[in-house]
Amino acid sequence: MINLNAPLKQEDVKKLKIGDQIYLSGVVYTARDSAHQKLVDLLKAGKELPFDPEGSVIFYVGPSPAKPGQVIGAAGPTTSYRMDPFVIDLMKVGMKGMIGKGPRSAEVKEGLKQYTGVYFGATGGAAALLAKTITEAEVIAFPELGPEAVRRLVVKDMPLIVVSDCQGGDLYEKGVQDYKK
Amino acid sequence: MRKVDVKEITEIIKKLSIEACTVANDSLVESFERSKAKEESPVGKAVFQQLLENVEIARNEATPICQDTGFTVVFMEIGQEVSFTGGLLKDAVNAGVAAGYTEGYLRKSIVKDPITNPVNTGDNTPAILHTDIVAGDKVKITLMPKGGGSENMSRIKMLKPADGVQGIKDFVIETVKSAGGNPCPPIFVGVGVGGTFDYVAYMAKKALLRPIGKRNPDPKIAEYEREWLEEVNNLGIGPAGLGGRITAIDLFIEVYPRHIATFPVAVNIQCHANREKTFIL
Repeated sequence: MINLNAPLKQEDVKKLKIGDQIYLSGVVYTARDSAHQKLVDLLKAGKELPFDPEGSVIFYVGPSPAKPGQVIGAAGPTTSYRMDPFVIDLMKVGMKGMIGKGPRSAEVKEGLKQYTGVYFGATGGAAALLAKTITEAEVIAFPELGPEAVRRLVVKDMPLIVVSDCQGGDLYEKGVQDYKK
Repeated sequence: MRKVDVKEITEIIKKLSIEACTVANDSLVESFERSKAKEESPVGKAVFQQLLENVEIARNEATPICQDTGFTVVFMEIGQEVSFTGGLLKDAVNAGVAAGYTEGYLRKSIVKDPITNPVNTGDNTPAILHTDIVAGDKVKITLMPKGGGSENMSRIKMLKPADGVQGIKDFVIETVKSAGGNPCPPIFVGVGVGGTFDYVAYMAKKALLRPIGKRNPDPKIAEYEREWLEEVNNLGIGPAGLGGRITAIDLFIEVYPRHIATFPVAVNIQCHANREKTFIL
């Protein structure tokens, strides 16, 4: 297990390799389909993002509603490939990490090499467990999107696995090769 | 005739919605434990450990096992001696879903008009309701919240009779292979063979309700279940799609007579959050 802090530092990202099991702590932002479109529209219009992109980590999630007294409802990752078309624009302004599930496009993996980024897999469906590691949650942009709004989360020891690293490694490909009969 | 007030149905559906989404069946938890012991990949073992902790937290805190609390699919076996009073059965089912998803803080994932006006209905209605009229005066209600990610990886094909067993098997394996890590493995595979275009998909979904480890009563079909499960697991996709021994925990085949010219096959994929609850009234 490797303890890692977000926002991410370039030198930390460089050390990560596929299959590494991580406990992530610090600040991460949530965004999925519609929010990504809006974030990239802001960049294209020459405007600022609603958060500092430098070293930022984006978690692809649409949580279930929080019960009274809960920080957040169940919060497991959604399938990442739908966000692939937006990744390069965000990496250009400093985004370093993404949390989701499922394989990424060749373009995204090339971007991780070029801009020194990392893609973490969170276990799909382990939504109650992941929610327990979220200690603060606040909507910071696009509240009209409901569960898809951009949230600033503070996380403590969120269990993740490095599935695409900045050397071009892809655990979805390697893992299946290793165990195929 | 036994009279049943549909208000009772609403109450039951409400309870089943919340329970199905937050409390994993013991058989599912036990299957995770057995699979964790069998899994050879260290990452795969870690994923099973997370799934075990996840269902434990969800149960203790009445939090959804997965944030995608699904399309609510309801199967009802209605004894033909039963007469419903006090309103329409379908309305009562939908009222139960609305109450359960609202009071249980479950995610509402249904949009109203799929093409022209995809706005959220706000209470996860309408449900998908399958009814079957059976002998007796009981009502058996099974509720299955079905997630979108695994449903997207499901497929149907009208094979030629000449394609035979090999044709079905190839289609099943190819469907799981192309799904890869997307449907949240370890998965459950429901296969329907025979009937019509619509009925084969219904059988594939209903197959997923069979208890884990229980084989089809036809010994030949049971043998295919064992053999195809092994082949699926030889794909190496593994827990969370990150490589490993266990891609599917179980595979169920349901069959029905077919037309001489057709050979329909459907594969319904279920994620590891194989949620369902039953109540007999």
